[in-house]
Amino acid sequence: MAEGIRDKVAILGMGCTRFGERWDADASDLLVEAFTECLEDAGIEKKDIQAAWLGSHIDEVNIGKGGTYVNAVLHLPLIPVTRTENFCASGTESFRGACYGVASGAYDIALAMGVEKLKDTGYGGLPDSPAFGQLMVMIGPNATAPGMFAQLATAYSAKYNIPMERIKEAITHVSWKSHQNGAKNPRAHLRKAIPKEAIAGAPIVAYPLGLFDCCGVSDGAAMAIVTTPEIAKKLKPNQDIVTVKALQVAVSSGEEAMYDTWDGARILTTRAAARRAYEEAGVKNPREEISMMEVHDCFSITELVTMEDLGISPDGGAVDDILNGFFDLDGGGVPCQVDGGLKCFGHPIGASGLRMLYEMYNQLLQRWPEDRLVKNPRLGLTHNLGGVPTNNVCSIAIVGLLE
Amino acid sequence: MVGISSYGGYVPRYRLNRFIVFGAMGWLAPALLMNAQGEKAVANYDEDALTMAVSAGINCLKGFDRQSLDAVYFASTTAPFKERQSANILAGALCARENIRSADFTGSLKSGTSALLAALEYVKANGGKAVVCAGDMRLGKMGSVQEMYFGDAGSSVLVGEGEEVIAEFKGSYSLSLDFVDHLRGAFSKYDRQWEERWIRDVGYGEFVPMAVKGLCEKLGMSPGDFDRVVYPCYYGGARKSINKRLGLEAEKVADDLSATVGDSGAAHPLLMLSRVLEEAKPGEKILLVSYGSGCDALCFQVTEAIEGLQPRDRLSRSLANRKELDNYIKYLVWRDMAPADTGLRGEEEKFIRWSLEWRNHQAILGLQGSKCKACGAQQYPPQRICVNPECGAVDQMERVFLADKGGKIFTFTSDLLAASINPPAIYGNVAFNGGGRTLMDFTDCTLEDLAVGKPVEFSFRIKYYDAKRDITFYYWKAVPASEEVG
Repeated sequence: MAEGIRDKVAILGMGCTRFGERWDADASDLLVEAFTECLEDAGIEKKDIQAAWLGSHIDEVNIGKGGTYVNAVLHLPLIPVTRTENFCASGTESFRGACYGVASGAYDIALAMGVEKLKDTGYGGLPDSPAFGQLMVMIGPNATAPGMFAQLATAYSAKYNIPMERIKEAITHVSWKSHQNGAKNPRAHLRKAIPKEAIAGAPIVAYPLGLFDCCGVSDGAAMAIVTTPEIAKKLKPNQDIVTVKALQVAVSSGEEAMYDTWDGARILTTRAAARRAYEEAGVKNPREEISMMEVHDCFSITELVTMEDLGISPDGGAVDDILNGFFDLDGGGVPCQVDGGLKCFGHPIGASGLRMLYEMYNQLLQRWPEDRLVKNPRLGLTHNLGGVPTNNVCSIAIVGLLE
Repeated sequence: MVGISSYGGYVPRYRLNRFIVFGAMGWLAPALLMNAQGEKAVANYDEDALTMAVSAGINCLKGFDRQSLDAVYFASTTAPFKERQSANILAGALCARENIRSADFTGSLKSGTSALLAALEYVKANGGKAVVCAGDMRLGKMGSVQEMYFGDAGSSVLVGEGEEVIAEFKGSYSLSLDFVDHLRGAFSKYDRQWEERWIRDVGYGEFVPMAVKGLCEKLGMSPGDFDRVVYPCYYGGARKSINKRLGLEAEKVADDLSATVGDSGAAHPLLMLSRVLEEAKPGEKILLVSYGSGCDALCFQVTEAIEGLQPRDRLSRSLANRKELDNYIKYLVWRDMAPADTGLRGEEEKFIRWSLEWRNHQAILGLQGSKCKACGAQQYPPQRICVNPECGAVDQMERVFLADKGGKIFTFTSDLLAASINPPAIYGNVAFNGGGRTLMDFTDCTLEDLAVGKPVEFSFRIKYYDAKRDITFYYWKAVPASEEVG
C-alpha cells in the first residue's frame, strides 16, 4: 500500500511575479522575474538544481510545446526539463513532478515552474483550445469557460431548490470577499474593493454569471524549489520548514459528461482528490483542521460548489456558510482566497497552482503584513480545477509546517 | 399502387414582416410598397435549404422506419455545395441505409416535382420507398421584389407502394422550357429576374394552363374534375386569370402561402401539397403543378389509407410557431449581406478534418450513439468501453438512433462571451430520453424558454460556416419542445 509523500518533500524557496495584464512582459520576462525571487529565497545557486518541470496550458499564445523554451531563457545547465500540461492543474502538476522527483530519491533539489502569457490573444477570456479530441472540436457547443461553469448554478439551483436570487447573493459575496483580499495584495491583478451592489448589478457574461463572477485573465509566472526536509533543515537551520502533506490529482471518467448519475451540482474529481488528499495528510475533519485555502475560483459559482466538494461545507450548505462570512479573512472560519484568488490575484493558467502554493507557503512562514495575515495557520490547502464541470482535472495540495 | 405514403413540411420560426423591409428600403424602391403585405418565413441563422429539408423529412417520416428507405432525393436551387451531394447529407441525417439511391435535383424551381417524379418512377420500377426532401433559401438583393416575396421553407414527400399509399399517383405531364424569367449564375448569390409583367403573363399565365391541359388530355380529365389544385404563383392577378382560364373554382385552389411563408422556391409546390394533404379526404383528386424552367403537372387520388396515417401537423405547427424578426439588419447579418463585427474572438477558425468526419459521420450527421448490450446504457458519442462506472464492458455496443428520442434539459446557460452572429450562445447538457447525456447548442429559443427538466427535441442545423473555405458544417442542436418527445 502506497503511503504517499507526506513530509517527504520540503519547499526550499518560492517566487511569484506580479500577475496582471503584463503588456510589458514576454513569457521569458515573467520566468526571469519569478526565477530570480525563487532562487534567492531558496538560498541556492542555479547549478544546484538537478531537474525541472514546467507547467503551461495554452500552447498557441504562450510558450509553445515542450520544455525547451525555459532553457532558452533561464539557461539551466543541461538538466531535464519536462513540460506538464493538464489544464488549470498544469502548475500543480509541475510541482507534483518535482516533488515526486525528490521523494523518489532521484534528485536532491528540483524546480517546479508555471508560466502563462495570455494577454497576447487580442481579446478577453481564453482562446478555444482542443481538449476533448478533434471530434468534440467539430461538434461541441459554441461554448466558453464562463458558460460551461455557469451551468453549475442552474443545476445547483434545481438540485437544492435554492432560488437563483439566493445563489446570486452568495456568489456576489464570494467575489466581494476576494476583491477585499485582493485590494491588499501588491502582486494581485485586480486591486480594488468592489461594493456588492456593483458586483450583483454587473453585466451578465453567461447566465447567471456577471462580469465580477469571472476571474481575471492574466499573465504571470510562479515557481518553487523543493528538496528533502533534511537538506532544507541543513540549508535553513534557523527557519520553519514548510513540507508537502498531500498532493493528489483526479480526472473525470466520462461519467459526468455521458452517464446519467452525476447531479451537475458538484465536481466529482474534487471530491475524489480531496478524499485522497485528506487521507494522505492525515486530516480527519477538514472544516476544523484546514487553516486556509486557495481554491479554483475561476468563477464564483465554482468556489461555492468547491466548498462542498472539499467537505468544508455540508452539501447544500455552502450558500449559508458563504453569507455567514465563514470564508472571509476575518470571519473566524476557514479563510479562502486570502491573496485575492483567481478572481483578483489573476489566473495565468499554468502558473496558478504554484501561485496558490506561494501564498500558502508565505502565510505558513507568517511573512505577510498584519492586515492580510492568517493567524497561526497549520495546514493550507490549494485546489485547481481544469477543463469544464463535465470533463475536468482536479489537483489538490496540502502544505504545512514540519512538526 | 404507387403514390404518396406520407408528407411533411417545415417553416422556420422567424417571420419578417414585409413592411419592415419596406420601412428600411422604401427610400430606394418606393414601388416596393405594392409588395409590403404579409410576412415571409426566414430561416434562422443556423438554417439553410438542406437543414429545412431535413426538418421536413423528419416530420414526413414520423412513424416510418428510416432504414426501409431505398432512395433519398434532395431538391433545391440553393444547395450548400456544388460538389458534395446534399442528398447524402440528408440521408445521413435521416439515418437511412448506405445501399440506397441518392440524387440532388436542382437548377429550377420545378426540381422539387422532378425529384418527386423520379421517386415515383423509382418505386414503380423497383418497389420499396423513396423520400423526397426539398428546401430553398433564395436571396434577393436588398430592396428587391425578390427579397419581398422569397420565403424560406422545407417540404417532403414519401413515395411508397401498396396499401400504405395515401394518394395514388395517376399520371404526369411535363413541359421543359428555357424560359429565363429568373437567373442565378454559378457564382451569384442573388436572384435576377426579367420584367415581372412578362413573367406573370407569359410565364405563369401561359405555361401553367398549358401543363394542366396537357395532363388532362393525357388522363382524359378536365381541370374541373380536381377537388384540390396546387400550383405556386406569387402574382395574385395571374392566379385569378389562370383559375378563370382553367375553369377552376377558387375554393378548390390551395392557398399559395404568400402571406405567411413567401415563395419557397423548389420546396414550394410540395409545401403547398403537404398543407393540402393535411386536410384531404379519401377519393379526392389532387392536381399538383410546379413552375420554373417549365412545369410538371401531376395527378393524385387520395385513398382510404389517409385516415390511418399518423397525424402529422408539423407544418401547421411550424406555421403557428412563429416569432417575429423585427430587425431587418439582423436578417442581413444572418444572410451575410452586411458584415458584422463579432470581435477578434470571432476571427478564430474551425478547421474541418474530413477523414475524422468520415470515421464519425454517423455520430455527426445522424446523431447515432451506442447502447451497451451488457447494461443497456445509452451513450454519446459512441463509446467502445461502456461509460457506466458499474459496467465498463468492452466492445459490447450496438448503435442507437438518438435524433428521434428527444430529451430533457439537464443544465443550461446563455453565453454573451462566445462569438456568434446570433448572441447569446445558448447551450447546455441534454439528457437523452432513454439515458445518456451530451453537451449541445440550443436554438430557436431564448433563455426564458429554458428550465432544468424541460423537454427538448433535436434539430439538424448548421454548426458553423467556414467562410474562408466555403464549407458548411452540420450537426444537431436542441430545441425546447412544448411537450414530451419520443
